Amino acid sequence: MTTESKPTIQFTPERLAKVQEIIARYPEGKQKSALLPLLHLLQEQEGWTSPEGMDYVASLLNIEPIEVYEVASFYTMYHLQPVGKHVIEYCRTGPCCLMGGEEVYAHLKQRLGIDTGQTTVDGQFTLKEVECLAACGMGPVFQIREKYYMHLTNERVDEIIDELSK
Amino acid sequence: MATKILTEHINVPGIETFDVYRKQGGYTAVEKALKTMTPEAVVEEVKKAGVRGRGGAGFPMGMKWSFLAKPEGVPRYLVCNADESEPGTFKDHYLMKNIPHLLIEGMIISSFALGANKSFIYVRGELMYVIHILEKAIAEAKAKGFLGKNILGSGYDLELVVQPGGGAYICGEETALLESLEGKRGNPRNKPPFPAVKGLYQSPTVVNNVESIATTAWIVNNGGDAYAGIGIGRSTGTKLISASGHINKPGVYEIELGVPVEDFIYADEWCGGIRPGHKFKALVAGGSSVPILPANLALTLANGEKRLMSYESLSDGGFATGTMLGSGGFIVFDETSCIVRNTWNFSRFYHHESCGQCSPCREGTGWMEKVLHRIEHGHGHQHDIDLLVDVARKIEGNTICPLGDAAAWPVASAIRHFRDEFMWHITNPQEATQPGAVYRGEMALV
Amino acid sequence: MEETKPQLLRVTIDGIQVEVEPGTTILQAARKIGPEVAPPAMCYYQPLKGSGGKCRACLVRVAAGSEKDPRPMPKLVASCLTPVQDGMIVENKTNPQVIDARNGVVEFLLLNHPLDCPVCDQAGECDLQNFAFDHGKATTRYEEDRRTFEKNDLGPYIQLHMTRCILCYRCVYTADQITNKRVHGVLNRGDASEISTYIEKAIDNDFSGNVIDVCPVGALTDKTYRFKNRVWFTKPVDAHRDCPTCSGKVTLWYRGDEVIRVTARKNEWSEVTEFICNTCRFETKKTSDWTIEGPTKVSRASVISANKYRADAIKPSFGQRLAAAEYKPIHDERDTTQLSIQQLPPERFAKLPSAES
Ligand SMILES: Cc1cc2nc3c(=O)[nH]c(=O)nc-3n(C[C@H](O)[C@H](O)[C@H](O)COP(=O)(O)O)c2cc1C
Ligand code: SF4
Ligand code: SF4
Ligand code: FES
Repeated sequence: MTTESKPTIQFTPERLAKVQEIIARYPEGKQKSALLPLLHLLQEQEGWTSPEGMDYVASLLNIEPIEVYEVASFYTMYHLQPVGKHVIEYCRTGPCCLMGGEEVYAHLKQRLGIDTGQTTVDGQFTLKEVECLAACGMGPVFQIREKYYMHLTNERVDEIIDELSK
Repeated sequence: MATKILTEHINVPGIETFDVYRKQGGYTAVEKALKTMTPEAVVEEVKKAGVRGRGGAGFPMGMKWSFLAKPEGVPRYLVCNADESEPGTFKDHYLMKNIPHLLIEGMIISSFALGANKSFIYVRGELMYVIHILEKAIAEAKAKGFLGKNILGSGYDLELVVQPGGGAYICGEETALLESLEGKRGNPRNKPPFPAVKGLYQSPTVVNNVESIATTAWIVNNGGDAYAGIGIGRSTGTKLISASGHINKPGVYEIELGVPVEDFIYADEWCGGIRPGHKFKALVAGGSSVPILPANLALTLANGEKRLMSYESLSDGGFATGTMLGSGGFIVFDETSCIVRNTWNFSRFYHHESCGQCSPCREGTGWMEKVLHRIEHGHGHQHDIDLLVDVARKIEGNTICPLGDAAAWPVASAIRHFRDEFMWHITNPQEATQPGAVYRGEMALV
Repeated sequence: MEETKPQLLRVTIDGIQVEVEPGTTILQAARKIGPEVAPPAMCYYQPLKGSGGKCRACLVRVAAGSEKDPRPMPKLVASCLTPVQDGMIVENKTNPQVIDARNGVVEFLLLNHPLDCPVCDQAGECDLQNFAFDHGKATTRYEEDRRTFEKNDLGPYIQLHMTRCILCYRCVYTADQITNKRVHGVLNRGDASEISTYIEKAIDNDFSGNVIDVCPVGALTDKTYRFKNRVWFTKPVDAHRDCPTCSGKVTLWYRGDEVIRVTARKNEWSEVTEFICNTCRFETKKTSDWTIEGPTKVSRASVISANKYRADAIKPSFGQRLAAAEYKPIHDERDTTQLSIQQLPPERFAKLPSAES
């Protein structure tokens, strides 16, 4: 149970400045609009969207924590549990599957030794299945943080994993 | 050479920068509009152009603009819908990433026409790298005096804000988008009131797609009549089609509306034909939610004429033999594709993306997915097919927002046109569940 | 200045005409005519701003939009949110398309419902049960696994059975509008949505107990309801007391001489007329605490007044099944130990991939 005490999480000074800049984008009194961008900032800093972090964001925006939980759990990009260093979010939707996605993702799972929703024992990789990433012509596709990896083949997957494992 | 309204300069090196874009004639439309036109005159040109919303619904843009309520002392907003998440659709991604200033120019013109002083571009959060590209372009445009206070000395002020989504297809629905932009769950609103009366922060708001807004630069430069001269009938202008699936050249193509579907698939200028050694089986012409068509109906109308890439021709025949242009997500299937598996896949998508507010969609999408999953995995019953049709029918039209319809149509149409294939899965489960197994019964391959 | 009386609007519902004030919804107009034509409402709740539009139980067909524009509306509309126009013609129970859609809504709402009426405190005063009697079928076409949730307490007074929830959002609006701090809400999305506090928190507020009264089903129940009882064996009595926090006007539910439950008073549409405080509801259960006004008027054709299920009054055999279930639990063969949470994509749940696994 959390009580209303001092938040255990703090944004870095640069991020706090960014928070101010984001809040200023919206009309007076509409600071709740900053919630999604702030949750992205939180996840960028902490790696995941923790309850403490959400309480902290609620305090920054002067809203109730439940309003943050409701929002964070609605959207798929916020990781509500700790994740590995690299979160591989692969597109499982029709067009990517037409381009051989299912075989490539099977290879990916085999290579990492984990199923979707799991994290490797060394904490390096988490696999997450997502829906269409708006790159259907370049499928199969996955995304790691902001970067899109397209035209995936088994060989390409191995290269990427090797590169990231270094 | 076909007219290119949006992509003419897209391959010019450095076009993502202000200077190169400007050198190619960029921002002249802003100068023209702000210095020589009234907002009403801009609206008039867009109306004359007859451009229809490119986000999927195809509602005439000029008409939408003229519905915007203008009460005294209340701000008005323009929100650009860059949530692009409909499976098969990746044209806005392509446009924004390669030529961000075209969207920004369109945003300035459209905001000016609507009298908005703060406008938003809501981009799906997964495209964070595109958000950075847009923010950089906005900073450049601002530095050059095209954004901010008193733009080009015209007295008009505009600020552009890029808002990231958080991962939710439903936020492409315009009222869900507005909720999300207000920092809430992406639950679509009941309508009325429509956004034109009560939109963002309860103020009058216009929501338009990226591509729709981007057309305004050309329309202002060349006039609405010139735009209306391109295309066919009420399908004026050009359309970005994002082509994927079993074709030789997947990618984004700008076509003049009215090109025959057959040409679009087979001409080297566009998709370059079905991949070698394979045959054309089925087409989803406008994003995963539109009805799927078998190859013969995709290419020809019931009366034997060629089907064209236009709003009217694609929907010719209604749901019996037609489909929709939708968002332009053009997905081509060859004979190696399993329609049942694909229908299950799409159904899973809508199940996953339902916001869960209204009972028919929340419960019905999950039901359809589970039944389809069973059929695909060899546990179907004959009565499942009619059950699916009935569930789809009970969702369609009875929900808060069109996601319910979007979930129902792919299922209903796949069964309508590929019933035998569903039957085959049910009656031959052992064969159908072999890896890569595909129905090879009687059907029209092209 | 003289007040001008607003022009009344005429609307015809199932062939019966009624005059109402501008701004009235179709549902309210129908209620004015009477329960026979009033559409069912599972989410709309007149005292709560913003409620309605979600369950789709109240769908009706507008056969003519207004006198001025008599065109029909293209789709069925939610009567709870659609304002009437002068000359509007509405089809409710007289239109087979409407009945069909409502049958669909019942079926959808029951898909993932546990049908545990035999052990549910709400049985007998459950809007979903009533709705199912009118529109439900005896058999289910649903062969898939139902979703389950763990049982949850929201503090010392309120118990949450999420499996029964129909996501009407009424409790959320109540917490927003009646209490000064909301700690519970709707988490996740789609059919994984659930009412929750996310991290364990008690709903602790003078008015929190009202969420129990607004809940149309047995998802939120009173933990102090001391004798798990069938509501039709209890006797409701209106009473009041001098309460410093609320109006103190309540309904006391007696079994024999004992007050076993205190609730707010409700109108004939099961809507709370005045919200009450937790002290009245949970802590004041001696007859001597109250001034008794007399028996509560039970105006609905409800099982409470009938004192038991009248199988003959209930149409489909679904109702009979439930009536039989009054005494013995429904035999449900589904294995509830391994239900579908694991089978749905894991990221749809609050419990996302864990680093340990
Ligand atoms: C479920 C759903 C998803 C949608 N997704 C998008 C989208 O990603 N992009 C878009 O522009 N329009 C989308 N739309 C359409 C929008 O609601 C809206 O009609 C559109 O943004 C209006 O712009 P336009 O008139 O310029 O097309 C979607 C609609 C629905 C019902
Ligand atoms: S139709 Fe689906 S997505 Fe749209 S409001 Fe209803 S539940 Fe949400
Ligand atoms: S718990 Fe009850 S009141 Fe709350 S949403 Fe569920 S059914 Fe409605
Ligand atoms: S009562 Fe109208 S939609 Fe629920």
